[in-house]
Amino acid sequence: MGFKHKDIIALKDLSKDEIELLISTAENMREINSRDIKKVPTLRGKTIINLFYESSTRTRTSFEIAGKRLSADTVNITASTSSATKGETLLDTAKNLEAMKPDIVVMRHAVSGSHYFLSKRLSCSIINAGDGAHEHPSQGLLDMLTMKDRYGRLDGLKVAIVGDITHSRVARSDIAGLTKMGSHVFLAGPPTMMPPGVERLGNVTVCTTMKEAIQDADVVMMLRIQQERQGKTLIPNTREYSRYYGLNPENLKWAKPGAMVMHPGPINRGVELSSYVADGASSHVLKQVENGVAVRMAMLYHVSGGTLVTE
Amino acid sequence: MNLLIQGGRVIDPSQGIDEVLDMLVENGIVKELGKGLKAPAGAETIDASGLIVTPGLIDMHVHLRDPGLEYKEDIITGTKAAAAGGFTSVACMPNTKPVNDNKAVTSYIIAKAKAEGAVNVFPVGSITQGSRGELLSEMGELKESGCVAVSDDGHPVTNSELMRRALEYAKGMGIMVISHAEDLSLVGTGVMNEGYVSTELGLKGIPWAAEDAATARDVYLAEFTDSPIHIAHVSTKGSLRIIRNAKARGVKVTCETAPHYFSLTDDAVRGYDTNAKMNPPLRTADDVTAVKEALKDGTIDAIATDHAPHHIDEKDVEFNEALNGIVGLETSLTLSLKLVEEGVLTLPVLVEKMAYNPAKILGIDRGTLKPGSVADITVIDPNATWTVDADKLASKSKNSPFLGWEMKGAAALTIVGGKVVYRRG
Repeated sequence: MGFKHKDIIALKDLSKDEIELLISTAENMREINSRDIKKVPTLRGKTIINLFYESSTRTRTSFEIAGKRLSADTVNITASTSSATKGETLLDTAKNLEAMKPDIVVMRHAVSGSHYFLSKRLSCSIINAGDGAHEHPSQGLLDMLTMKDRYGRLDGLKVAIVGDITHSRVARSDIAGLTKMGSHVFLAGPPTMMPPGVERLGNVTVCTTMKEAIQDADVVMMLRIQQERQGKTLIPNTREYSRYYGLNPENLKWAKPGAMVMHPGPINRGVELSSYVADGASSHVLKQVENGVAVRMAMLYHVSGGTLVTE
Repeated sequence: MNLLIQGGRVIDPSQGIDEVLDMLVENGIVKELGKGLKAPAGAETIDASGLIVTPGLIDMHVHLRDPGLEYKEDIITGTKAAAAGGFTSVACMPNTKPVNDNKAVTSYIIAKAKAEGAVNVFPVGSITQGSRGELLSEMGELKESGCVAVSDDGHPVTNSELMRRALEYAKGMGIMVISHAEDLSLVGTGVMNEGYVSTELGLKGIPWAAEDAATARDVYLAEFTDSPIHIAHVSTKGSLRIIRNAKARGVKVTCETAPHYFSLTDDAVRGYDTNAKMNPPLRTADDVTAVKEALKDGTIDAIATDHAPHHIDEKDVEFNEALNGIVGLETSLTLSLKLVEEGVLTLPVLVEKMAYNPAKILGIDRGTLKPGSVADITVIDPNATWTVDADKLASKSKNSPFLGWEMKGAAALTIVGGKVVYRRG
């Protein structure tokens, strides 16, 4: 089965089969990452532009490494060094970049839906590296791959996601992907951070307490609290937040024995995640990052028209 | 030029008329309504059989962008769009550059409209100087120079004490206040209605409470000061309940809604269509139902477009960056006629809301076909079918969510002061 899309903008736009294909390709890509010489010629001669309008360490580096391991030429542009500061519109910037004939533009942008906007106007492939509070598909895929590594399946898993759901693109991609794959998602967070109608996004249950959400969970996904971005009116302070919505060794006991703890990073230690948990045996945070490279290799590969690698 | 409009279904709520009649227009005045009228020598005879003849439609809420923002629209193109949409009069909001908070701007608008405009233009002055919400505008002089109301449309008057004083002061000057009811702190950086669709799209929502809370405040201030108030572009179920209750206890409140609030829901934002971005935002199906009920039970007095032209550069951008508003003059009548088809309104009631009531609310001598009145007349072809096409819109801007829609019903003829200013080709 081939991958039919020019772009990858949102997991909610992909079918279960397509998500499975991306995950299984990523599983195969991992082998490359464990070699001594971590490079294959698959995308030789392809040009990838990483266009980041928001700061990012993990995602941008991960996409860059993914491109390089597939032998593509990668160029990084961040908003601070681009013409965005000179008042050029997104569309003009994108058209100018396209004139240089890239094959793929990987973009992060603060405005939800910006990738759809560009997709209608550009012919190169567009991969969403995060748009506003909408989606972060590569994160959703790497989260699912990490869960699948541990449990061998996604179907029937109880996944708790705790934190600011309203402002989280990670939560939306996780919900879209996981519920398609048969997981049941439980959400918890202060009502100031719970968007209306979120239970309609899939097999999603909104919980009133953190305990309810993580009770017997197979996976506990903690989201980063960003008070500077999310507005100062949502919670009193991080101290009280961590008391009611932070994960620590005590409340982690509510989850299934051996449950996975995940976090998209960067972690606010002592706020949503105590260091004892972040650095403890149940933490899969670094495994997520590792899988991120393989997942992004799979995404780059499939939008370039690849078919499933069979070895 | 004299006219004999023959054999049309004449609907005039001001006289309780709804029957097939001839109408004679002489020297820009409605001369006579009757059966079997003969055309005097030199008069043009218009065959209106199968057509509907109404008092000229009035859009009491438009943005003509002139002076200062002529790259979006100007008085010439805006009034052409009005004429094409069947409107013989428009009331234009003061958020021009400079703001219409003084006699000079008002006089400019009136003079330019008189010289070059296709239809009547009634300016609305600002409530506060520069619409900055700090000091009252010179409402006396605004009224004297031709403003028919005051409004800081686009911005609410956030200071409640100032709004109270504005209502009191305006009452003394005999000019009505039009409220843009919105609690800005609740709106925050929201870009669409807050609800399931905003959750799915990851766009920041604007809660209905932002409109309802502000509507409640302004209705209470009108009640307290015993002043008339008109609430612009009502879009929520809750605001309508507040207004309905206020009317029942005798508060002098009137209100309008816009065609998009009974034609579209926030579903239209899917795909991040910036032509579905306006303020107040498109609401839910529940609100659409409430708007229709309120049109039916008379809570909503008028249909006005909030015609808000924006240049393509201001719309062909990321959703958050796009400006609020859509053009509406050329789609208002056809969308409103749908209400008749759906059985929400009868034709005479629709004419009330698009001509008679707006005239009454603004206190202008229009909205009637009584002999002796100015011959502002709209002839409607209820069966004309057409497609909304950006290239065919008379407005300078094309920011409509209805592009490509198949429509039924259109203005066949728009007559201002006895002169045909638009004839459907």
